[in-house]
Amino acid sequence: MATTADTFQAHHEEHHHDAAHMPGFFARWFMSTNHKDIGTLYLIFSIFAGVVGGALSGLMRWELAEPGIQILGQISLWLNGNMDMDQALHTWNVLITAHGLVMVFFVIMPATMGGFGNWFVPLMIGAPDMAFPRMNNVAFWLTVTGFCSLMASIFVPGGTAHGAGTGWTLYAPLSTSGSPGPSVDFVIFALHMAGAGSIMSSINFITTIFNMRAPGMTLHKMPLFVWSVLVTAFLLVLAMPVLAAAITMLLTDRNFGTTFFDASGGGDPVLYQHLFWFFGHPEVYIMIIPGFGMISQVVATFSKKPIFGYLGMAYAMVAIGVVGFIVWAHHMYTTGMSVNTKMYFTAATMVIAVPTGIKIFSWIATMWGGSLEFKSPLVWALGFIFLFTIGGVTGVVLANGGIDDNLQDTYFVVAHFHYVLSLGAVFSLFAGFYYWFPKMSGKLHSEFLAHAHFWLFFIGANLIFFPQHFLGANGMPRRYPDYAPAFAYWNHISSVWGFPFIIAGMIVFFVNMIYAFGFGRKAPANYWGAGATTLEWTLSSPPPFHQFETLPVIEEHHTHHDVVGDASTASGH
Amino acid sequence: MKFGDIARKRLSFLLILLAALAIFAAPQGAVAQAAPAAGAQSANVASATAPTPQAAQPAVTNAAPAATSYQRLGKEWIKGVPTPGAIDFQKQYSPTGHYAYKMNTYVLTPIVIGITALVLVLLLWVMVRYNRRVHPVPSKTTHNTAIEVIWTVVPVLILVAIAIPSMTLLARQYKSPPKDALTVKVTGYQWYWGYSYPDNGGFEVISHMLNIPGEPVINSGVRQDGSDPSDGPPHLEVDNRMVVPVGVPIRLQTTGADVIHSFAVPSLWFKLDAVPGRINEKELFVEQPGVYYGQCSELCGARHGYMPIAVEAVPMDVFKAWVRSQGGTVKGEGPARPAALPPLQQPKIGPGAPAPASAAPGATAPQAPAAGATSA
Ligand SMILES: [Cu+2]
Repeated sequence: MATTADTFQAHHEEHHHDAAHMPGFFARWFMSTNHKDIGTLYLIFSIFAGVVGGALSGLMRWELAEPGIQILGQISLWLNGNMDMDQALHTWNVLITAHGLVMVFFVIMPATMGGFGNWFVPLMIGAPDMAFPRMNNVAFWLTVTGFCSLMASIFVPGGTAHGAGTGWTLYAPLSTSGSPGPSVDFVIFALHMAGAGSIMSSINFITTIFNMRAPGMTLHKMPLFVWSVLVTAFLLVLAMPVLAAAITMLLTDRNFGTTFFDASGGGDPVLYQHLFWFFGHPEVYIMIIPGFGMISQVVATFSKKPIFGYLGMAYAMVAIGVVGFIVWAHHMYTTGMSVNTKMYFTAATMVIAVPTGIKIFSWIATMWGGSLEFKSPLVWALGFIFLFTIGGVTGVVLANGGIDDNLQDTYFVVAHFHYVLSLGAVFSLFAGFYYWFPKMSGKLHSEFLAHAHFWLFFIGANLIFFPQHFLGANGMPRRYPDYAPAFAYWNHISSVWGFPFIIAGMIVFFVNMIYAFGFGRKAPANYWGAGATTLEWTLSSPPPFHQFETLPVIEEHHTHHDVVGDASTASGH
Repeated sequence: MKFGDIARKRLSFLLILLAALAIFAAPQGAVAQAAPAAGAQSANVASATAPTPQAAQPAVTNAAPAATSYQRLGKEWIKGVPTPGAIDFQKQYSPTGHYAYKMNTYVLTPIVIGITALVLVLLLWVMVRYNRRVHPVPSKTTHNTAIEVIWTVVPVLILVAIAIPSMTLLARQYKSPPKDALTVKVTGYQWYWGYSYPDNGGFEVISHMLNIPGEPVINSGVRQDGSDPSDGPPHLEVDNRMVVPVGVPIRLQTTGADVIHSFAVPSLWFKLDAVPGRINEKELFVEQPGVYYGQCSELCGARHGYMPIAVEAVPMDVFKAWVRSQGGTVKGEGPARPAALPPLQQPKIGPGAPAPASAAPGATAPQAPAAGATSA
């Protein structure tokens, strides 16, 4: 590594780029090869998709506000042009399918990896850009293409009515013989595009992190956010091809007469579930591990302390990633697995609680003895730690195959994974967003509005999702547009009391953005002060179009990974 | 020896232990593994067939005439239903249900609440004690081997404590039904259930959700909920219930006719996917006569939310009467038995017990030596 870095340094004199040189509007935003611009595109895309996915969940909560069918008829009338009951009910399945796929593939993944990963991995390791800038651009536009295909799927025939009503898991045979019409093919195409984009950007991250770290930035000195992106990139590279294979088999089952998942031709519907969850479980960690990284940066910054147990934190993520690949069938306890298999998957799943616990306790230990400053990113991070803990412990409950026999496919599961994702991953995204927004935009946002946004989301998300534990335990199945009167009470709380807080929170968020871009003060290079020690804080806000034309050097004399210099100070040593 | 065998061996020991504590008397009969099977069995049947004390009077009088002729169980027999505003599981009416419920209530829930509370307290503590005003100069601590070892090892121990009852529960649920247990085959259709009885002539009962008054018709040709006094809650009640005998192990098989469905009854702690091209099998054991509701639990298309399950557990004689009323046959049809109360208590203990009831002791024989050897 050192040799390579020296070579880089020896050549830095030869650069003649002007850091401020920028292409025209179209070339800059549509043919972008700049990691920061691509990161910005991903973030804008993710926020847009988030509004779409959030609107879908709003329609779902509206429908579930009370027993009976509320608005599905109207949506179906708009979508299918009639008031047929079955078509209205199919529309419900379209809503849940689109909500899940949008949120997973087009909100969280583009934001964590595409947005923050692209923006801050090169900055944090002292690299001028990503290793493969053009592939970076292709990856983004593939993701956009996938999103367009997914949106198109809603408006074409999908069996009973327009749209794919298979759930985001696309289980065969509902997604094969159960869904004639092109809609599911559009969804499969969407996932192929998004998956190819993810694989490309992961290859890019792995190459960049392994080869383009600044002199002295050893793997064990990398900020934890970079570690988290590295682990996630490996998960994507290993898991995404399995999804691609599974949905390609769906495609050929649907269109070319194969019978991979059709028992009448010697296939097996459960095989699809194995393949899907072999991807699907790592996918859960793909969504949350970058969040772990961001929370680590935020907690250390606002405690004004280096992260506690750095190596433990880094390797806990590696451990979660590795074990995440061998627990997939805990999503399938009721499919008729043998008892030995169930016992193995129960035990293996519970093992994940150990590295997860290490992370939670290490964040607390980082704050212990620190000097906490309750800026908005830290408040979001504190919310994340607490809510993710709730999602984690209910995961331990569900890990037990015998308990899962009652909870599988109930609202308890819905509550569990929304605590991990909606209150976990999304809270970490907002922590990261408020942490880095002024760095990215050069404008300071309103801390007051950022705090207000947090409290609205914290109250709203808990009101929506906590009662769902009760509903699930009492037996309410998920993916139901309608329910027995006994389930009305908690559904009412969830819809009527919880959801408006989220709407208000999103309004506050957009007001904050308008405020920042319209009236926000110019952000200094390091607006968080002494606690912010990673390399991006040595650059202006926003950073120059091309940064680190002179590579920074991480000083060897100090053992702390937080002490950085640049090439000029390093030359003194 | 396979992993599962080890767990099952420990299970038989555990069962005897628990039976001694009289907590899990009921499961014993179903398990048919522990050595003192006969003794445990009669205790089980007594508890299984006797309705709950508060419901005892109407229950017995209601069921008694039904011993010779089947009559759909009325509202007073509804047991497995969700409760408005409830925050807990439904009341359990099966041996696995009791075990799983106890495990969740006394092992998992305290651990889950304890860990969450610990994290919350620690977070509040650092917020109060280590904020900028109270603690302006941060420490430089980044390592403490002792604490790191503790927070790795203690969770491992907690997980082991969870794993022991968890593995036991899995082993209990896995236990195959006795060889000659009554078989009920459940087929999931888009969007209704079919219950066929291969041991009773193979007739199939088709079960649709009742239409809900004031709402669009879901199943045309099916009556409205509430049009019969015995009807249970809307959304959960069906035209033809799945009728099974109470207090005996039932071999429940599931399969899907078109797409995957899932047969689930929360109050019996039972959920098994109905997969096309596969037959899944699991033992169902209902301890008390009554009606237990469930709902399809795997997304199966448009009317996924409208294909509920209603299990009606009745004494064996009533079950036989029901089978005859459906045009089915009863294996080893004996002479007419005495009416009124005795059948409610008798059939499973009596020497002249009908085939399905005698199944349990019969199946005990081959397994008993193994179980005995382990526990000895
Ligand atoms: Cu179904």
